[in-house]
Amino acid sequence: MGLLEAIILSVIAASTPLLLAAAGELVVERAGVLNLGVEGMMIMGAACGFVGCWLTGSAFIGALFGIAAGMAMAAVFALMTLGLAVNQVATGLALTILGVGLSGLIGAGFVGERITPAAALYIPYLTDIPFIGRILFGQDGFVYASIALVIGIWWFLYRTRNGLILRAIGDSHTSAHALGYRVLTVRWLAVLFGGGCAGLAGAFLPLAYTPFFIPGMTAGRGWIALALVVFASWRPGRLVAGAYLFGAVTILQLHAQAFGLGIPSQLMTAMPYLATIIVLVLLSRARGTSGSAAPASLGMVFVPDR
Amino acid sequence: MKKYLIPMAAALALAVTSVGAAAQSKLKVGFIYLGPIGDLGWTYMHELGRQALVKELGDKIETTYLENVSEGPDSERSIEQLARTGHQLIFTTSFGYMDPTIRVAKKYPKIKFEHATGYKRAPNVGTYSGRFHEGRYIQGVIAGKMSKTGTLGYIASFPIPEVIAGINATILGAQSVNPNIKVKIIWVNTWFDPGKEADAAKALVDQGADILMQHTDSPAAMQVAAQRGILAFGQDSDMIKFGPKTQLTSIINNWGPYYIRATKAALDGTWKPEDTWDGLKEKMVLMADYTNMPDDVKKLAQDTEAAITNGSLHVFKCPVLGQDGKPVECKGGANLDNGQILGMNFYVKGIDDKIPGK
Repeated sequence: MGLLEAIILSVIAASTPLLLAAAGELVVERAGVLNLGVEGMMIMGAACGFVGCWLTGSAFIGALFGIAAGMAMAAVFALMTLGLAVNQVATGLALTILGVGLSGLIGAGFVGERITPAAALYIPYLTDIPFIGRILFGQDGFVYASIALVIGIWWFLYRTRNGLILRAIGDSHTSAHALGYRVLTVRWLAVLFGGGCAGLAGAFLPLAYTPFFIPGMTAGRGWIALALVVFASWRPGRLVAGAYLFGAVTILQLHAQAFGLGIPSQLMTAMPYLATIIVLVLLSRARGTSGSAAPASLGMVFVPDR
Repeated sequence: MKKYLIPMAAALALAVTSVGAAAQSKLKVGFIYLGPIGDLGWTYMHELGRQALVKELGDKIETTYLENVSEGPDSERSIEQLARTGHQLIFTTSFGYMDPTIRVAKKYPKIKFEHATGYKRAPNVGTYSGRFHEGRYIQGVIAGKMSKTGTLGYIASFPIPEVIAGINATILGAQSVNPNIKVKIIWVNTWFDPGKEADAAKALVDQGADILMQHTDSPAAMQVAAQRGILAFGQDSDMIKFGPKTQLTSIINNWGPYYIRATKAALDGTWKPEDTWDGLKEKMVLMADYTNMPDDVKKLAQDTEAAITNGSLHVFKCPVLGQDGKPVECKGGANLDNGQILGMNFYVKGIDDKIPGK
């Protein structure tokens, strides 16, 4: 295995959890809901995903556990912000704190346990092709799921009527409501979908990335996913580019250090964030003064008939 | 002799305190932890130390711990909470609690504080840490013997003196058996991020390292090594579970004896703010079983451990050569003195890299 191939494989693995979580959050935000609890839903997905895999011996069922855990957390969020019209920012932050604590409790008995990680795809001949074989045909299911997910989301948002309704609700929930669309129902579904994606992203960590569970193992990836949604200016295509750029910079800086290039590691560690800021500045400049790309109703509480 | 004196003094003191026991309840001892107690690393080992303390002195003390307390200003509130709720002895177990500990200690002059790995003391604040570089020297010896590619991979957290001294001790140990050994160092700028630690481990292996060692807290690197079929060292605790065929040994942070000693001193009134820096000899630093290596390497590791323990081998024995090949100033006579090790900010000869930010 050549070094370049090894680097690309590492980049794909590092980018996948970011892409999964960010893709879900993109749909949530397009529906006008700001759920800052991605980190909490992810870590719950990690804990429950690991437990599920440990109990059943199947990484696939583990992933389903992870999705379910993320959705359960999202349901709590939806109940608070959509049902009771509580402030979304505060609820999202609380959800993260709750998730970090609860996942530690659930996973406490499983620290140090071992599982068989998710198997990588193997197609005879195809996977054996030098260089591109393992990159294209030798990944685990999470990687393919993340790509399929983004394509599906793009198709849904821009090519279906329901996607149009969801975007309309995100841009002006009062208008959409006046037209007779069920704002809260759509938002409920979007939030649950986002939770499932975050849970799957979390489950990727103990099931494929580092096959063990340790409290706090998401280590801030949920927050990066949130930033990526902004970075992508709420568009699925740019989200893939952003997630992979982020993953690439993370991995390349490690390799640059091992090569002994002599660039300060603190600067290298800051690179992905620096890249995010630069892209944000470029995007806002390119758009001129016509306003931001954010859904217009993002983060605003909606109460029907008020 | 000291060994026997302490329990005797403690027994005497207990006799005295138990006279007033009707009014005076048990001594309340508090702990502030950086991570979750289940991290299997730094915090977990402090928790084991607390458990050892409870086992030994459980009838005379009551303990409380607060976990997941982030470093910096926020920790002050947590430390103060323990101080306000009647704890008379408080252990703050991470470097970043240093200034908050000193500030709270000023407000509560009657409460005794013990801060791990720091350097600021006060009339009621003592410090304690382990001479972990002693264990790293042994790991270096093993790595030097076991590496086939002659390249070691080192995952480092932050460029602070303790980590730098660890890298130097490792390479000095390795050079003692293989003068041409090379080390590749990756700084991840975090103590704990399993994903990033795994990525760093993969990068090191992809670039030719065949032994991994780390100064970060999760077992991620051990698992990468296991997957890639190479060897690695654990960190903080025995990580053999994560790599039964991978772990060579691991440095074990053994805080229990110190917690018992300090608490006994607080119970019998002999507690003083001291600067404790114990190593293999005092058993604050332990080595996990030497595994996955041939008998001659195992023997060499055991001999090295014995030599450091009995004082015949000092890790930083002069002359210590800097990267430019010139010997560094030797303040401790035959060895570098403790201050030089605690403030180490240079690489020794043979490390072909630069300390970040220097």
